[in-house]
Amino acid sequence: MTLAALELARDEGRIAPFPADQSPLVIRELTVSYGDKPAVFSLDAAIEPESMTAIVGPNGAGKSTLLKAALGIVPRLSGRILVFGQPISQSMHRIAYVPQRASVDWDFPTRVIDVVLMGLYRELGFLRPVRRHHRERALACLDRVGMADFATRQIGQLSGGQQQRVFLARALAQNAELYLLDEPLAGVDAATEKAVIDVLKTLKVEHRTVVCVHHDLATVGDYFDNVLLINGRKIAEGPVTTTFTAENLQKTYGGRLATAHIDELKLPAAS
Amino acid sequence: MGAEFVQLSLTPLLIGIFAAIACALPGNFLLLRRQALIGDTISHVVLPGIVVAFLVTGTVSTWPMLVGAAAAAVVAVVLIEIIKRVGRIEPGAAMGVVFTSLFAAGVLLLEQSDTSGVHLDVEHALYGNLESLIWFTAEDWSSLTDPRALAGLPPELFRMVAVALGVSFLTVVFWRPLKLSTFDEGFAGAVGIPTTAIGLGLVITAAVAAVAAFDAVGSIIVIAMFICPPAAARLMTNRLERQVLWSVAFAVLSAALGYVLAGYGPLWLGGEHAVSAAGMIATVSGIILALACLFAPHRARVGAPKGT
Repeated sequence: MTLAALELARDEGRIAPFPADQSPLVIRELTVSYGDKPAVFSLDAAIEPESMTAIVGPNGAGKSTLLKAALGIVPRLSGRILVFGQPISQSMHRIAYVPQRASVDWDFPTRVIDVVLMGLYRELGFLRPVRRHHRERALACLDRVGMADFATRQIGQLSGGQQQRVFLARALAQNAELYLLDEPLAGVDAATEKAVIDVLKTLKVEHRTVVCVHHDLATVGDYFDNVLLINGRKIAEGPVTTTFTAENLQKTYGGRLATAHIDELKLPAAS
Repeated sequence: MGAEFVQLSLTPLLIGIFAAIACALPGNFLLLRRQALIGDTISHVVLPGIVVAFLVTGTVSTWPMLVGAAAAAVVAVVLIEIIKRVGRIEPGAAMGVVFTSLFAAGVLLLEQSDTSGVHLDVEHALYGNLESLIWFTAEDWSSLTDPRALAGLPPELFRMVAVALGVSFLTVVFWRPLKLSTFDEGFAGAVGIPTTAIGLGLVITAAVAAVAAFDAVGSIIVIAMFICPPAAARLMTNRLERQVLWSVAFAVLSAALGYVLAGYGPLWLGGEHAVSAAGMIATVSGIILALACLFAPHRARVGAPKGT
């Protein structure tokens, strides 16, 4: 189905919403340390259901750490994480995660389809055999990112953009309600960027929620509904139109972002 | 020939083969996790472990030695973690520091303690005593069905078979979480795999395999089998499932060919004495790796920079 057709279906109420009475992700007073130094201090945030949110901040601002803490894969010093109103241990199956592409060794001896099948781990468990319908689902996910022809390739033969799409396909296979992505557009080609954004917009139409660590300030306004600006602490949070302002960016990046650079961005006029 | 083979060569050959398999299986994952030196570390720290066990118990019986070796392996793994975290040193260097200092400490301990009366020396630690693990009670092939003869099989054989079977079982049962957390630890954690426990379990399994193999065949084989067969296997295929099977095949080939070459090779060349089987097995595994580097079908990408 095309994006437009999906949007129509949603507007006519033909796509049932998930029971999203609570916010998909609520972070309360979160403090996380990375090594010896704290990376995230006392951070509060709430992600709006069925939205696309960008987490934006300078290098070392704790963006990836924030995602990992939300997933429960780095320990937190204090604070609470609620996913659809429940602690992470009970709601893990409702989250899909796309790690940074550079965080894994792409020389690992495995094929594209096997990586996507990893997204079905919760279903397959330790020993359940991979059946035809599992494989078909994995192929369908690859198809959504335009990578179906690469299913039997070794992952080391892929370009950076293709690797990113495979990671996205694996997350699609998880069939989750909340998608957390760590820099899905870093270092990818224009075709991949468009493919990834199209898929993310589709997810939103399907009543899912998308949160991306995002580095490209120029595209925040085009792609996302909401923005969470952080630099260790939370600087600002809210709709892009009111929150992604020159003033907030200056606060987030301190002196590191030249005023000229900010002027180049098509920022919403400060109200 | 048959009788002599069964009595003198069959059990050392089998022990060598099972030791090779037990080490090669976890070696595949250690290699992919860039922890291949763990095998080196464990097999070296076994020396201080058995010396301390001897000093404490005063005997060279097997179980205290195994417990001492296993304890030393755990101490080494913990030390490596501490050095990595506190010293901010890269893992390879941390492992190198730990195993050389502990091995040196073992040599000093051995020198200072009164172990002259017992069969405990550095040479034994390195080469093991594979050739001495013969089947005294065997007469010929029919001994394989003779309960009285079977009772005389060296206990190392049973230990090594049990460990090889245990390691194979664990590899099959934990295949998915092990593969997933080796490839992508973050994602594995996010789908609920206890990645720290899996990583620790792998190292402990490797330690048990190394200690059992060390007891029978010495540390040279252990070091070689953790690295050479898996590394050669990686060059043969681009799928982990096949890589592991290749590594088992290479391990068996190294053990069998190495044992035969050590026993008969020098005679064929006109020499008079057999050479160390452990040394020859390790050498053969190295030659297999060298050949794989030169001729294997998937050697191109190995060593390519991360994330390209």
